[in-house]
Order: sequence, then C-alpha cells, then structure tokens
Amino acid sequence: MSSLETFREETRRWLEANCPPEMREPVRDDSDIYWGGRNASFKSDAQKAWFEACVAKGYTVPAWPREYGGAGLDAVQAKVLRQEMSRIDARPPLSSFGIWMLGPALLKFGTEAQKKHFLVPIARGEIRWCQGYSEPGSGSDLVSLQTFGEEVIDPVGGDHWVVNGQKVWTSYADQADWIFCLVRTDKANKYQGITFMLIDMASEGVSTRPIKLISGASPFCETFLDDVRVPKSYGEGIPAQVGEINRGWDVAKYLLGHEREMISGAGGGERAAAIGAAMKRHAAKTGDELDPVLRAELAMFDVDALAFTAMGEKFLDEAKAGMAHPAQPNMMKYAGTELNKRRHELMMSAGGSHSLEWESEQTGGGKPARGWLRTKANSIEGGTSEIMLNVISKRILDLPGA
Amino acid sequence: MPLYHTEDQAMLAETASGFMAEEGTIAKHLRHWRDRDCKDGFGHGLWKQMAELGFTGMLLGEEDGGLGMGHVEVGIVLEQIGRNLTPSPFLTSSVLAATALKHGSDDMKGRYLPGLIEGESVFAVAIDETAKHRPGRIACRAEKAGNGFRLSGSKSFVIHGASADMLVVAARTSGADEDAGGITLFAVPRDAANMHHDPVRLVDSSVATHTRFDGVELDGDAVIGEVDGGREILDAMLRAGRIGAAAEGVGVAGGAMDITVDYLKQRKQFGKAIGEFQALQHRASHLYSEIEIARAVTIKAQQLLDEGAESAELMSSVAKAKVAKAAGLAVREGVQMHGGVGMTDEYDIGLYMKRDRALQEFLGDAYFHANRVAQMSGY
Repeated sequence: MSSLETFREETRRWLEANCPPEMREPVRDDSDIYWGGRNASFKSDAQKAWFEACVAKGYTVPAWPREYGGAGLDAVQAKVLRQEMSRIDARPPLSSFGIWMLGPALLKFGTEAQKKHFLVPIARGEIRWCQGYSEPGSGSDLVSLQTFGEEVIDPVGGDHWVVNGQKVWTSYADQADWIFCLVRTDKANKYQGITFMLIDMASEGVSTRPIKLISGASPFCETFLDDVRVPKSYGEGIPAQVGEINRGWDVAKYLLGHEREMISGAGGGERAAAIGAAMKRHAAKTGDELDPVLRAELAMFDVDALAFTAMGEKFLDEAKAGMAHPAQPNMMKYAGTELNKRRHELMMSAGGSHSLEWESEQTGGGKPARGWLRTKANSIEGGTSEIMLNVISKRILDLPGA
Repeated sequence: MPLYHTEDQAMLAETASGFMAEEGTIAKHLRHWRDRDCKDGFGHGLWKQMAELGFTGMLLGEEDGGLGMGHVEVGIVLEQIGRNLTPSPFLTSSVLAATALKHGSDDMKGRYLPGLIEGESVFAVAIDETAKHRPGRIACRAEKAGNGFRLSGSKSFVIHGASADMLVVAARTSGADEDAGGITLFAVPRDAANMHHDPVRLVDSSVATHTRFDGVELDGDAVIGEVDGGREILDAMLRAGRIGAAAEGVGVAGGAMDITVDYLKQRKQFGKAIGEFQALQHRASHLYSEIEIARAVTIKAQQLLDEGAESAELMSSVAKAKVAKAAGLAVREGVQMHGGVGMTDEYDIGLYMKRDRALQEFLGDAYFHANRVAQMSGY
C-alpha cells in the first residue's frame, strides 16, 4: 500500500472516530457554522467535540505548518483529507476569515514572531477576524481609500498610529475581535502609501453598525475608526502591520486573490453543484413536475455546474503546484459567482410560490428567498464581475489599455 | 490524480503541438485539400507522419503493437488537431474504431490493426441513421444468412466513409429499433459487395457519406465481440469518441480565441486598438473563462475514463456539452469581433466556425448531452 493510501485509510478511520453524525448533516443556517472568537459559543456538544478534535489534530488548518497550529499536510494529503471529509459530508470544524484570508497573508508576508503570535489563536479559533477594505467612497476603486493613520512618535507611551476613517461592508465586524485593515499612511503616494494594519476591535474609538440587506440579514457592517490608537508594535518582532509600512497594497492584492478564490466556491464538491434532481424531487413533494423548458434550463445549468466543479479541482491542483496563472482567481471568482446567482434563480423558479415565503416554518424562515437575494452580493463583494473581467483582460489576455 | 498533465504528458503535448503547428497547418491541409476538391478531405501523407510518431496506435495495447496510452494522451493530440483544424482520420480510426477493435478476435486484430498502426489504413464508424445522433435507436438490420449475416439499412454522417478501408457498423441482430440490446458491431471491409456510398462534402470541408447496405454479405468473423453483445462496445466507443471530440473542440475554441485576441490587439479604429474597448475586453474575458472551464472538465473526463470510473459516463456528456457551448461561443464571438473580415474566406476565423459546427453535431450536440446529463442525474 502506498503511503498515500495509508494516509487515506488513517484519515478515514480518524474521521469515523471523531466526526459526530450530527456534524455530517448539511449546514441548515448560520448557527450551524462555528466561527470561533472571544464571544463564541457552541450550538451543540457535537459541534464542540468536532471542533476540539480538529484543533488537537491541526485539522482546522490542515495545510499550515504544525508550529502554527496546522497539521503540516502537503498538497496531496490535504486534497485527500478534503475528499474524505466531503465523502461523509463533514462540516468544516471552524469557519474564519483568519483562516481564509489573514492566515495566508501572514504566512507569506509576516515575521516569524508575528506568525507565532497571530496564527496559533486563529487555528485554535480563539480570535475572530474581520476585514477592513472597502470605504464609502472606495468600492471598485479600492486604492483610493482614505482612512488615515497618523504616525505619532511617543517615547513615553510608545510609538503608535492614530487612525481615523470609515470602513464599509466589513463582514461580521460586530462579532469580530480584531480587524485587518487597509490604512493610508502616505497621502502623496497612491499605491505605495497604504499600510496593512492589525487592530484590536476592543480599542477605544472603534464602533460598528450592522447594515440591513435586502435579504433581511446583516452579515456586513459599517466600521468607524475615530482617533483609534494603534501601537506600532505588539511585542518583540511583532509590528502592527503585515509587510512593510506603505507596502500594504501588495498584501491586499495577494489577499484579494484568496478572497476571490473563496467566494468562487472552488472545491465546493460535486454533489452540491448539480441541482436538477433535487428540484424534481422538490416538485414531486407537492405532486408537481418540472416544466419541460425549466427542466432544459436546469440541465444546461447542471452541465455548467459540474464542469465548474472540475474547474475548481483543476484550479486548486494547479495553485498547489504553483502552476496556476496568478490572475486565475479572478476568473474563478467571476465564473463561480455568476454560476451561483444562476443556481438560485433556477431554485426560485423551481420552488414556485413556496420559495416566496419570507417567514414560514416550511421554508425555515424564508431560506430560499433570502438565500437567493444573498447571492446577488456574490458578484459585487471582493471585486465586481466587471472588475474581474477587467483584470482578466489586462493580466491574462494582455489586451491593450486594460 | 491532479488535474494537470504529468511530465510525460506535457512532453507529448509539446511534441504534438510542435508537429501540428508545423505539419498540420490550415494552409498545408484544410485549405490545401479543400481547394483541390480532394475526395478524402485529408492528406494520407500526414496520416503516415502521425503513424511515425506513434499517434495512430496510441490507444492500443503494447501487445497489439500500440503505445498503451490513455485518453488523456489521445486528447492531447486531438486538441492540437482542433487548434490547427487539421483534417485527419485520427478520431474515427485511432479512437472510435480502435476502441471497437480492442474487443475483436485475434484474427480480426491481425487483419486491421497493423494497417492502422502503420498509417496505411483509415477506418470509419457508421452509427447514426437520422440527421441527429440517436444511438439508442438502431434500425439497420443484420439477418442470419448461412454462416454469416446479411446487412440491410442505411447510415448517415459516416465521416471518411468513402475513404475508409473498413467501417465499424452498428446493426440490429434482434429486437425492436429502440431496444438497448440486440445490437451487433460489424467490421465491414471497403470492398464488400452491395455497400453504396453517397459522399457529401460538409460545411467544414470534411467528407461524409450516406451509406446504404443492400444485403451486404458478411462472414461470421466480421462480428466484433459477441452477436447481440454490441451495445457495451458501442457505449465504450461513444464514451471515448465524445471525450475525444470534446478535446478537439477545446482546441478549436482555443485556436479561435487566440486569433481573435490577436486581432483585437492589431485592428485599429477610432485611433486605437479595438482591444482597448471595454465592451470587447469583457466579452473576450468571459470567453476565456468559459474555455478554461471546458478544458478542465475535458481533462477530468479523460482521467475518469482512464481510471475506469463509473462517473466517466456522466462526465463524458458534461464535457461534450460544455465544450460545445464554449466552442460555439468562441467561434461566434470570433467572427463578430473580426467584423467584416470575419465574413471573408481569406481569414481563418470562419473556418473555425465551420469546423465547430460539424464537431458540435458529431456524437451528440449540447442539447443531446445536457438531456443525457439530466436523465443520468434522475430527472
């Protein structure tokens, strides 16, 4: 037996022993997702047991090195773990912007002391992070951001920044412990005047206000920074910024790649991709059947969805091997989000008047309609589809003037 | 297995792309043979060259004199064929017929395989009977006659039919037209009496035949595999052929996109390259995205088929349908973005549009395969 097959066997046994049956059921609503953080609580004992087993094994961040709380798996092993978890429909033990976004940035740009200081609490679900990128006047044109950090040299109280400004679309800022934030530190230099700053949300002057969306939910906030004092260092070798001062745009761009990859749904699993059969069963429940033209559209959708699943797998394989075009996450984000919007349009159509219900028990409080509306943000957040197409034109197709 | 080429496969891709870009070009082949009204529609010299590279028998086992390669490798060659619009009997002979002949007796293999491997023989497959691909319905009949069979009926869209040294014919030996069972595959030699080819040139300059069998007498040893046991072999041929056609389609799409993107960079209007206009940039980028996805699902299907996975059946249809959609978009956008010159025979983009149209139809179009995906998924 090859070492990989041995690993698969071991993984299978470990999952069998450690993943409770309740954690193998589809996520029904947000309370089924464990985000960690200072104020987190578990919904059930099963959720807690699964989370703790994964923390102990390093499986909240399987591909991170062991010294930072990971399991140190290589690309192939990580893929095996993903496949085995998907095979039993295991839920992710921990969801976190720390894992998806800040972690990769720290791994690439952080100092050794920074990694030790920040990565381990992320892996252990102790600190919940949010992202401060967009501002009211800086959406697609993100680099025009104006939140300003003024450097204060203070031999007595310690050198620090005084940060003022407003961020918007900060996901779950009202529940986050820390924020990684783009702050202008040089007004004269557009691209090389931004610093990627790590700020404790408990600092004086930080406040948040949830934004109510068309779905009725408030996953995003406005975040206000009023004279927030940010120490320039959190300890020996632990600067408050990732990368160099004024070079935060490089970190931001790198991170946007991860964000786009995440939103694209790459690696989402084939079973979740196709919807036609589920829509037929749904119709059958009410003694109905699919209109032939709707069935045809569902079939065309399933072709695209199953093909995109293969694309996600190929993209992840190539990314792990360092073969993917660096701008490819933009293509993944574009295709994945447009697909997801189409998926929910078709699910709404197949669901008929039932899927219009906003608060009923049978829809779990309007899940179909709210979920459908939520997907409309997919092609806006993290860079609009139009921006994605701009980037593909410029960086992949090398079209002039793009 | 990761969804990219191994080192060996990457080397093969380099060989195949270098060879086709040098020897299989549109000028040397597609236009050359078309403008001479060649009855075969392809060049036998190139077929011999492909044999020298081992391409013709790549799918056959080493015990049969082939290279023992899989469908990923076959797809590598087909993508280059597609990219250069190279007319060649590779798909019908080395993929479809070769898949059938793997099930043949040793005697049959001895009769046909050396010619294929040497690039001396060309094979065709006769499956379709109506204008659309309906392999579930086969009316062409082979009645028992003495020690052999008498074949009657007609086939359509037989690519290279009149040029072929042998045709693999799917015929009914029992049951009703719509039955899954009762199918037998026959290897019908070119000189069989009472077989009539009506050759027709298609939009892409390839030549297909309407072929009529007016009581063609066949020996028992013309049967490929078992009598009434043809459906399984036919399904294997279709899986291989569809995934192969998808790979060729990826090449057609990629070729069409590349020349279109080049054109966007060169053509100037309003004092600048038209590729500077966002209206065209976004369409080109959308096209890029669709072709990447089509390429990914094609290699996925190839790998699944090589692994013998059950899901290869579903993914063969997903791949054929997705490639059809992406390649169709590529050639339509290609002609439109070329503007007026896209309508001229002088520019190649129109040739891509024509080839795509023929390839879409071959072994089932996007509608056929999307419907099949729905059926296999249970709706």
